[in-house]
Amino acid sequence: MTQSALRIDGLSHTFGSRQALDNVSLTVPAGTFTALLGLNGAGKTTLFSLVTRLYDSTSGTIEVFGFDVRRESPAALSRLGIVFQARTLDLDLSVRQSLLYHAALHGIGRRQARLRMHSVLEKFAIADRIDDKVRNLSGGQMRRLEIARALIHDPALLLLDEPTVGLDVEARESLIKEVRRLASEEGNGILWATHLLEEIHMTDRLIVLHKGRVLAQGTVSEVLLQADAADVQTAFRNLINASQTPSLGQEAAE
Amino acid sequence: MKPRERPYALSLPGYAICFFGIVWREALRFFSQKGRFLSALVRPLVWLFIFAAGLRTVLGVSIIPPYETYVLYEVYVTPGLVAMIQLFNGLQSSLSMVYDREVGAMRILLVSPYPRWFLLIAKLIAGVLVSILQVYAFLVVAYLWEVEPPLIGYLTLLPVLVLTGFMLGAMGLLLSSLFRQLENFASVMNFVIFPMFFASSALYPLWRIQESSPLLYEICRFNPFTYVVEAIRFALYGQFDWTSLTIIAGVAAVFLILSLFAYNPSKGLIARHGGPATAG
Repeated sequence: MTQSALRIDGLSHTFGSRQALDNVSLTVPAGTFTALLGLNGAGKTTLFSLVTRLYDSTSGTIEVFGFDVRRESPAALSRLGIVFQARTLDLDLSVRQSLLYHAALHGIGRRQARLRMHSVLEKFAIADRIDDKVRNLSGGQMRRLEIARALIHDPALLLLDEPTVGLDVEARESLIKEVRRLASEEGNGILWATHLLEEIHMTDRLIVLHKGRVLAQGTVSEVLLQADAADVQTAFRNLINASQTPSLGQEAAE
Repeated sequence: MKPRERPYALSLPGYAICFFGIVWREALRFFSQKGRFLSALVRPLVWLFIFAAGLRTVLGVSIIPPYETYVLYEVYVTPGLVAMIQLFNGLQSSLSMVYDREVGAMRILLVSPYPRWFLLIAKLIAGVLVSILQVYAFLVVAYLWEVEPPLIGYLTLLPVLVLTGFMLGAMGLLLSSLFRQLENFASVMNFVIFPMFFASSALYPLWRIQESSPLLYEICRFNPFTYVVEAIRFALYGQFDWTSLTIIAGVAAVFLILSLFAYNPSKGLIARHGGPATAG
């Protein structure tokens, strides 16, 4: 049986009168690269905020490796690494200091953190910048540092919210390749939120989120089949069109 | 797929590591931002060198406790300026955490598996320690400017600064959760810092205020900042003003409880407002 790294069931959330998420259910199996595809405003960032408990969901459950984020939040959060869409780095700290701080937030002492630090920095090819100030890194290196930082406590689930925003093509490709490798070689469950169709491979799992609702999920080929399409772009368009027709929309939501 | 056991439990040493990590980061940021330190120091010094010197001849301050002799106006305003340093620092560290360039520092903090109350209190204490460094740096310069409290005062001041800093930091934390739209520090200056500072005993003794405006006097008496100033004033002369200290402790507790409430994801104001996260 494949264990679910992340399991969300019946999750809804509103901001005032705006329904940001509507009865969202999804799973990210452990060891898979799952892309969360949606346009801007689809609810991806809200979903991430709810998983990290920046605010609570109005209804529904979120489990990380079977631990409910609300009731067992220490156990859930300790298994979770996250890269937010907006940069969250201290520009005045060095790479080393940023990682030590983050390790401390997870209760990891310096000796252990140093060991982990080298392996994650190697993985993301920024080991040679360890004593540089974050301010002096390039955009791509900052993103890599954020991912390395999110991995410092060895989380089994990694969430990334549009991590390639603002990166050039080359930096984007190498970043996504490295993250895919985390899933295939290290066994991390990855949830990769994006609005870029070209970031999705045929071997990935895919969740299509639109206006706060999950329109389809499964392996890419399953989604293509469901949407009756030959490629992801057509599938995405078909699913969105179908959701805007009331009767079909109902069907897609179920 | 590799099996995952819990990598570590929330052990007591873990709490200590987390706490010192938060304090360490705050100190690192403080020392790496020379501008922040300088402006924290220059602000009260401008008041001391220019404002107080200018008003020295206009405002005589008669002998009131804890002063045993007639004091210069510079000496009178120094505790108020110490309180101002902590007021600025308390608001700045909390608000910047959420709104300034470091948008997201709060999110990173809250991703920690440790309980939220613990993280927020650790963050608060870290800010207080930084404010205490600023205060002593200011007092050194003030000493050269002939503001010379007894040496014991520097010692008795320390525990009082911890308490006052905590109260002002908790206030900042509460404000940071309340005002989502508070985009810049200028509005905090107008709506919080200036009113609190001016309607207190920082610049003039309360009896003088009472002579000119009984209403303002009442406002000052209900302004917790007045008690912060007075507690610091007495401590600087080796005395503990227990009334003020009790009031400060009470106000600090209220602010803290409210801000913990506000940052509680299920009940808090963040949930209602949509939170600072949506700004990103």
